[in-house]
Amino acid sequence: MRSAALVLPLAAFIAVTFVAPLVVMLGRSVHDPLVADALPETLGLLRSWDGERIPPESVFEAMAGELLKARQEKSLGRIATRVNRVQAGLRSALLRSVRKLRGAPRPDSWREAMIAIDPKWGQTRTWHAIRRAGERFTLRHYLHALDLDQAPGGGIVRQPPDLRIYLPLLSRTLGVSLGITLLCLLLGYPIAYLIANAPPNRANLLLLLVLVPFWTSLLVRTTSWIVLLQTQGVINDLLAAVGLIGDDQRISMIYNMTGTVVAMTHVLLPFMVLPLYSVMRTIPPLYMSAAASLGASFLQAFRRVYWPQTLPGVAAGSLLVFILAIGYYITPALVGGQSGQLISNMVAYHMQQSLNWGLAAALGGVLLGGVFCLYLVFNRLVGVDRMRLG
Amino acid sequence: MSGNSWGRVGQLGYLAYCSAVFLFLTAPILVIVPLSFNVEPYFTFTEGMLSLDPQAYSLRWYRTVAEDPQWLRALANSLVIGFAATALATALGTLAALGLSNPAMPGRSLAMGLLISPMVTPVIISAAGMFFFYSDLGLAQTYPGLILAHTALGTPFVVITVTATLSGFDPNLTRAAASLGAGPVRTFRRIQLPLIAPGVISGALFAFATSFDEVVTVLFIGGLDQRTIPRQMWAGIREQISPAILAVATLLIAFAMLLMVVVEWLRRRGSAKPA
Repeated sequence: MRSAALVLPLAAFIAVTFVAPLVVMLGRSVHDPLVADALPETLGLLRSWDGERIPPESVFEAMAGELLKARQEKSLGRIATRVNRVQAGLRSALLRSVRKLRGAPRPDSWREAMIAIDPKWGQTRTWHAIRRAGERFTLRHYLHALDLDQAPGGGIVRQPPDLRIYLPLLSRTLGVSLGITLLCLLLGYPIAYLIANAPPNRANLLLLLVLVPFWTSLLVRTTSWIVLLQTQGVINDLLAAVGLIGDDQRISMIYNMTGTVVAMTHVLLPFMVLPLYSVMRTIPPLYMSAAASLGASFLQAFRRVYWPQTLPGVAAGSLLVFILAIGYYITPALVGGQSGQLISNMVAYHMQQSLNWGLAAALGGVLLGGVFCLYLVFNRLVGVDRMRLG
Repeated sequence: MSGNSWGRVGQLGYLAYCSAVFLFLTAPILVIVPLSFNVEPYFTFTEGMLSLDPQAYSLRWYRTVAEDPQWLRALANSLVIGFAATALATALGTLAALGLSNPAMPGRSLAMGLLISPMVTPVIISAAGMFFFYSDLGLAQTYPGLILAHTALGTPFVVITVTATLSGFDPNLTRAAASLGAGPVRTFRRIQLPLIAPGVISGALFAFATSFDEVVTVLFIGGLDQRTIPRQMWAGIREQISPAILAVATLLIAFAMLLMVVVEWLRRRGSAKPA
């Protein structure tokens, strides 16, 4: 009882400052009331619309009235943007129609007047789009985030190939993260072995070398890679100076995927080495000698005796690096250029530039779901309570 | 015989490979240090620097930083937010670790999973969620908002380091204290705290380093008034990359090395004690 009371303050703190924001974000990914609140009458009338013919005059009248009212309340721009996200091109149709209807006298038929301003009003898909934008609770952001779309009939279809953005980005993120994980394993395993089998003083020194990047500010490390890799940078200068490349053949190693992979591997390598090292430290070197004395070659002894014992460390390090890699934002944003962007950068783009917060939240939800599953696996295999730092 | 020479070659190759990896880990960070003393506004070694001409080196970028009100403001912000977040995270995290050290605690692994989650959640997602939630509460673009955010991100480190220290703690010591008539608070202050102090201090340093290096939540929920050093560096890298950044980076490297040595020293002190 007492121990639970000690944990409670932090648990409550994390629930409020950290979990609640995530819940609010997930809420935003399925709850989008802006259009529903602005066009209640139109949407109410559209509910009984058959969806196959152009809606009746009453719908047009309600729509015109509510759009004019929204303009007065200065929310028209936001409504038009929302509708436009369901179907491109409707933003200008909405804004132009309101501009023209505002100056004109009350028409005999709103329907004819609006179709005359923009023929899009005479197409059923426009009204389907408005109906979908008006869904208060909606999965359309998730469909969008998975490159799917709702067909007017109600079925779900894939976006045409040239409009698919997020699934390719997602698979690129997974692929790059997997590559970085393998790279970290390839670079980290040998040095973890070296440290684990070195005499204590040297081991401590080598461990410090691994910890240097672990403690150094991420922005400093990123700056370093820019200084090293840019076309007028240290490595290109060096290569040009020794004559390996001409001055006009400088290699672009940054502001592209190469930059992302190199800098991220550097950033994440300590997270691979430390769990490997802590497992290898517990493996007595005598096992390898015993295998050798029984006639095993080094490779045989390694494969049959040593490697299997290090698997817990390999799993812990790989999972940790992979989890951290798929959510990485800062490094790709600064050194990734166009081609080196990952899914997190798309979340940031929709948060800060396109201001499509529903989509940002849905992309975040997809990423969060993936990380959560991996975290469960990590907890099952390794146990978060056995995590060590340094 | 040939097997033996193969072994030698393999051994040398292995050591060369490891050296290359260590070079990969450390060289990129160290290369910044000499460049920060470049007298020219370049990001690469000039001929003068390579021939070790003293004229090619100067402290001008350090002066630029020291005289720039924006950098000084950023330093003050980083320190205020960092200290406040560290104090909160250390207090909450240490308490929680004391509770979690009891293996019989109900829901222990679930609680641990919850408390560690800010560390593994992609920070872009945490920051986006905080942007929505903290804006609703009026905490966006305020110091309290950033302090709460950084506290949340820093607590897992405190929980992990203190739990690790406590795992080597003999529970009989608290029982002995209790049997001698000490209350729980006194037992904590006189018996547990001195023994787990290295873990608590390490956790605090981790939490401080986390806050001191955090840029994503600052980007999302910090305003112009709350620009921190990493935020200022971010702007410097993205917008007008000036060699002054290298001077700041060098100072941050020195600071990081200091933190690292202190934490390593504490860790060894802690583990040197009989468990």
